Amino acid sequence: MTTCEDPSGYKQEDEFMDILEERRRSSDLGHALRTFTPSPYRGAPPLSAGALNRMVLESQYLRYVTKEVAMETGESVDLVREEASGILDEMSQNLQLGFIRLLGFTLSKVFKRLFSHININQEGLNRLQQAIQESPVILMPNHRSYVDFLVLSYILFTYDLPIPVIAAGIPLMDMKMVGEILRRSGAFFIRRAIGSDKLYWAVLSEYVKTIVRTGYAPVEFYVEGLRSRTLKSLTPKLGMMHMVLEPFFKGEVYDITLVPISISYDRVLEESLLAHELLGVPKPRETTMGLLKARRVLEDDYGSMHVYFGMPLSVRQLTKGRVDRCEYNLLPRDLPQRPSVETQECVSWLAQQVIRVQEQSSILSPWSLMACLVLQDHQNTDPGEEQEKGLSWELLTQRTLWLKGLAISFGARLDWPEQPPENQVMASSMALHSSVIRCHQGRVTLLEEEGPVGAGPFTTEEGVVRRARAVLMVAAYRNQALHVFIRPAMVALAIHTTRSSQREDIYSYFRFLLDLFSNDFIFITGRSSQDFEEACSLLRKCGAVQTSQQEVTSPEEGQRTTSFLRALLQPFIDAYQVVFSHLCLEDVEVFTERQMVPAVRSLATKLLLSGELTSCDALSSDTQKNVLSALLRLGAVTRLRTAEHSEFRANKPAISRLADTLAGRLPVQTAPNPRL
Amino acid sequence: MLFEGNRFSSPFVTVPTGFCSWLCVVHRGTTTSETRPRCDWSFPYCQYTKEEPRCGKPILNNREPRRGKPILNNREPRRGKQEIMKWNGWGYSDSKFLFNKKGQAEFTGKRYRLSGMTLPSLQDWFENTFGASVKHKSPATVILNASVVPPPRLNEAFVENLKATGIPFSNEAEDRVFRAHGHCLHEIFALREGKKFERVPDMVVWPNCHNDVVKIVELACKHNVCLIPYGGGTSVTSALECPPEETRCIVSLDTSQMNRILWLDENNLVAHVEAGIIGQDLERLLNESGYCTGHEPDSMEFSSLGGWVATRASGMKKNVYGNIEDLVIHIKAVTPRGVIEKSCQGPRTSTGPDIHHFILGSEGTLGVVTEVTMKIRPIPEYQKYGSVVFPKFEAGVACLREVAKQRCAPASIRLMDNKQFHFGHALKPQVSSIFTHFVEGLKKFYITKLKGFDPHQLVVATLLFEGDRERVLQHEKQVYDIAATFGGLAAGEDNGQRGYLLTFVIAYLRDLGMDYCVVAESFETSVPWDRVLDLCQNVKERIIRECKERGVQFQPLTSCRVTQTYDSGACIYFYFAFNYRGLADPVHTYEQVEHAAREEILANGGSLSHHHGVGKLRKEWMKDSISNVGVGMLKSVKEYVDPENIFGNRNLL
Repeated sequence: MTTCEDPSGYKQEDEFMDILEERRRSSDLGHALRTFTPSPYRGAPPLSAGALNRMVLESQYLRYVTKEVAMETGESVDLVREEASGILDEMSQNLQLGFIRLLGFTLSKVFKRLFSHININQEGLNRLQQAIQESPVILMPNHRSYVDFLVLSYILFTYDLPIPVIAAGIPLMDMKMVGEILRRSGAFFIRRAIGSDKLYWAVLSEYVKTIVRTGYAPVEFYVEGLRSRTLKSLTPKLGMMHMVLEPFFKGEVYDITLVPISISYDRVLEESLLAHELLGVPKPRETTMGLLKARRVLEDDYGSMHVYFGMPLSVRQLTKGRVDRCEYNLLPRDLPQRPSVETQECVSWLAQQVIRVQEQSSILSPWSLMACLVLQDHQNTDPGEEQEKGLSWELLTQRTLWLKGLAISFGARLDWPEQPPENQVMASSMALHSSVIRCHQGRVTLLEEEGPVGAGPFTTEEGVVRRARAVLMVAAYRNQALHVFIRPAMVALAIHTTRSSQREDIYSYFRFLLDLFSNDFIFITGRSSQDFEEACSLLRKCGAVQTSQQEVTSPEEGQRTTSFLRALLQPFIDAYQVVFSHLCLEDVEVFTERQMVPAVRSLATKLLLSGELTSCDALSSDTQKNVLSALLRLGAVTRLRTAEHSEFRANKPAISRLADTLAGRLPVQTAPNPRL
Repeated sequence: MLFEGNRFSSPFVTVPTGFCSWLCVVHRGTTTSETRPRCDWSFPYCQYTKEEPRCGKPILNNREPRRGKPILNNREPRRGKQEIMKWNGWGYSDSKFLFNKKGQAEFTGKRYRLSGMTLPSLQDWFENTFGASVKHKSPATVILNASVVPPPRLNEAFVENLKATGIPFSNEAEDRVFRAHGHCLHEIFALREGKKFERVPDMVVWPNCHNDVVKIVELACKHNVCLIPYGGGTSVTSALECPPEETRCIVSLDTSQMNRILWLDENNLVAHVEAGIIGQDLERLLNESGYCTGHEPDSMEFSSLGGWVATRASGMKKNVYGNIEDLVIHIKAVTPRGVIEKSCQGPRTSTGPDIHHFILGSEGTLGVVTEVTMKIRPIPEYQKYGSVVFPKFEAGVACLREVAKQRCAPASIRLMDNKQFHFGHALKPQVSSIFTHFVEGLKKFYITKLKGFDPHQLVVATLLFEGDRERVLQHEKQVYDIAATFGGLAAGEDNGQRGYLLTFVIAYLRDLGMDYCVVAESFETSVPWDRVLDLCQNVKERIIRECKERGVQFQPLTSCRVTQTYDSGACIYFYFAFNYRGLADPVHTYEQVEHAAREEILANGGSLSHHHGVGKLRKEWMKDSISNVGVGMLKSVKEYVDPENIFGNRNLL
């Protein structure tokens, strides 16, 4: 197991193979009924789900917390115990091989219908198999689609590896039948808002820790916590991370292996839903009926799916020197203990590391690159002009090929076959997205959603939303590619905004950007200077900057690259500025998130209509919430603890300072953030 | 560190045949008399006493100093056991393991029960465990080459003054080298290789009594000479190593001549003893009067009372008699500030922090312990070994924990893991009778086939009961009943005894290993009960992985046992050995692995040491172990007691 440098361990010779190919050739029933004898971790003795639950309920830890809760609430211990047992029943998985087989059969059918290929890296599976023998394994996929949910179990079943238990959100459980099927396929369910429910935390963490400790099964969870609506990585959630790592910190297991897994889609099933949610159309409740209704999605073509099993990461090696495990020596190990600040930082760092690996090993489709260019063109077009709408196909082809070269030199992994000719690859990649983009008479245009049949003419505001829907759908695919360009883009922006050639100035603005945008893009804490150097060296490689000891300059011939990179960031900067200016309005004092989102949205709509704003990202609730989190983190907004909904108070001078700094009107304040 | 502070002499102990399940092989090798008072130390040590000079009898040694230097000794030194001991290995010169011409292992000499016996399964075990071969020898240098010893740096004025006191001393290379080391792997390895010494003591003095020590310490202070107290020389913490940066004359203060029992108080059951006495002598002399201390560290054949005090030693039978800190009533020690002692022998006092605890564990950094008053007990009427086989290590640990909970631990209770169980079996002497052979086979069949114990998983707990007969039998039943609830099967006295035999000969076995490219060491810790299993597992795993990473070509042997139980935790003892063929610097590799293992122990909630001490080997972890303030407290004591760092062995801090 290697630790760093190229944490993804990607090698050019990593070969993907299509698991559907075999399924198209031989019987699905045979596949579902195949002998399945995976060798678990260290030959751990098989444990029934019931026995596992008993172990959890009888643990010292739960006994202790039960007693404590009983004392606090004045209820009897037995009652609290019953409550704990109820929580566990609601939560626990009930993995059964029979259901895995049933699922295997069904998924074979569904996947063959949806996808043309499911490509996996065989080498990664071999490494995984090795890792499972050695220590408890945590599978950490990214989360872009509901399809992720069972695809790993399906693959592991196919390759005779132990089926993981999967952390799932409780809404899934409430779906009739489906909840039970998932439970029997190894899902366990976690409530969304646990808050300060001590008993619930205790049951959950003991449950997870027992699974890790006993090597019961690999644990699969999404470190991002949620499905990403924007197809960008999300800020990692650390609760689960702490739970799975604690058995190592407390010396209950020798090591824990984290396996980052990258699942990339040519086209995400829920794409239209995503844009709706971002624009404030609420997410439909997850119901079985909803699922059945959604079966028309089965009729569409979703291209390929890539599953890349990353290099297993040894927690022991990664945390060496970062965590002093002796801190656990002075309390009984069965008692709850708040991890030290160092440990918390280390866990967060590990999570960022995993996300970085996921990003680096994700596979980009040609469409992702095209989406970047289409959107940039869209931004530059005045929406008023009806004539000459869209980008010409030739231009798009030419630019995409240029971008392909740039992406490859920046280390991106492209799914760009050598055959057929490039033109056709692009066309077929775009064809998958015909619901949102069209090439008509040599011009590529975004399609707007048609209104309900027979509905009257819509208002200009509605028109904006319709346009935005298309833009945000395309933006999601652009976002898939952002991780490749983000750091060099920030350097390019820093050079441009500071109008300085001094390395020091550029670096401090770069750090300012990292800090400000660290909710939108995931950076590794404490790595800013390395990130800067790496970004500079990438830019230098493609001739976009020249560097010396003291200076970083952008020569004329690198303008094409740097302006492309800056344009990539522009929508985000615009969106942040819109939120900033909203919060600096006079009538905004104390506000809730629920008030802020629509208010910002209407401001953005106004600006879009007036042409002051050209990018639609400001309309996305996801981006708006990220701005709020960033401001909270930077202390420009304070949270007032009241009632149910958190209220916030904006610190207007601080916000306008941020706005001015971002726009380059103020130099970066040199109070270095200790986190970076 | 291949012996536990407690080297028990079980192989000599005669065993009554009282307990005999049908499983148990009756041990017929020794005679049993239940009527005469038991004297544990009669067999081996009688022989030893005959040839060993006792205090008061002058011994003659005509060896002249070899160098052209003037003879410095004003009297021929009495070298203690030096004459009959190996200079570059463990124990007596006449006792060692070797593979004879037939390829069978045998143990030479006449001192031990195993002496003169062949051990038919040892070679197979050895070759299979380490991937070693008897063809690949790595023999030791036979004699000490005086040219590798740096010439002494003498303080002339000190020597002159010392001569006037009449206290014997020497600056012969052999005497100095003998006291320049303990028994750490790197120390013995260097001796065997005949490596050049960086720093050894410049001279050795042999005080005869407390007053001699007072004189020596006064002179040392006056002339700024560095003193390093030397007792039995069984340190395994680099505590005896001379600090290479020391520029003053280093004098090794050998306490071996201070070996008398000064008085014995039968009313209060205490004995006042000079601190240089060696464990086995103390026990033998007390036995003559019908008493014992019951303090039996594994090293007791060679280690001294003063050494026990200075390192906080622990004895195998501490469950009955207590560890050294429970045994001492009064300590007299000479420091550069003067003599420290208490004014009475009250069994417990509330007079501020106990000053004994500054001396206990001070590892020779504050002064020399000269006299100790310690508890004695009448020799127990009856003694009995026993053993229990458990299907798994986990079950054994759970049983020991329960025994500790019920506070019914026998004099000794130890749990050996599976590897050690097999190791112990490899030391079985040739079986002469077909009957024994048959019974052995039957036993194995019963345990592995009928009871379904996996031979690669089962572990054995070894027991030693002591007291009056009735009580022992009752106690035994209680312990076996507890064991049964954890799936334990009584496995006879023989297995129990063999367990203790292993600890006893292990250091001799290390010398055998080193003859065939195998390096070995042991280390220990203490840990709360709930961490015992995880600590054992993680430390073993760490060792195996570290060895692999550091290019050790063969699978290392890692084995552990729980050797002591306490109310709240246990003492754990690890063996670690590997075949070093193909390694450029085996000792360095070994040290790196041991270092990693210690870090793993600490990370898993284990202590820095249970009874070996800190010495210089584990100094780096002291601050983390006892906090900065703790280190500061110790430093300020040192600063007051010994501002000139006369006791300059630089242990501990």
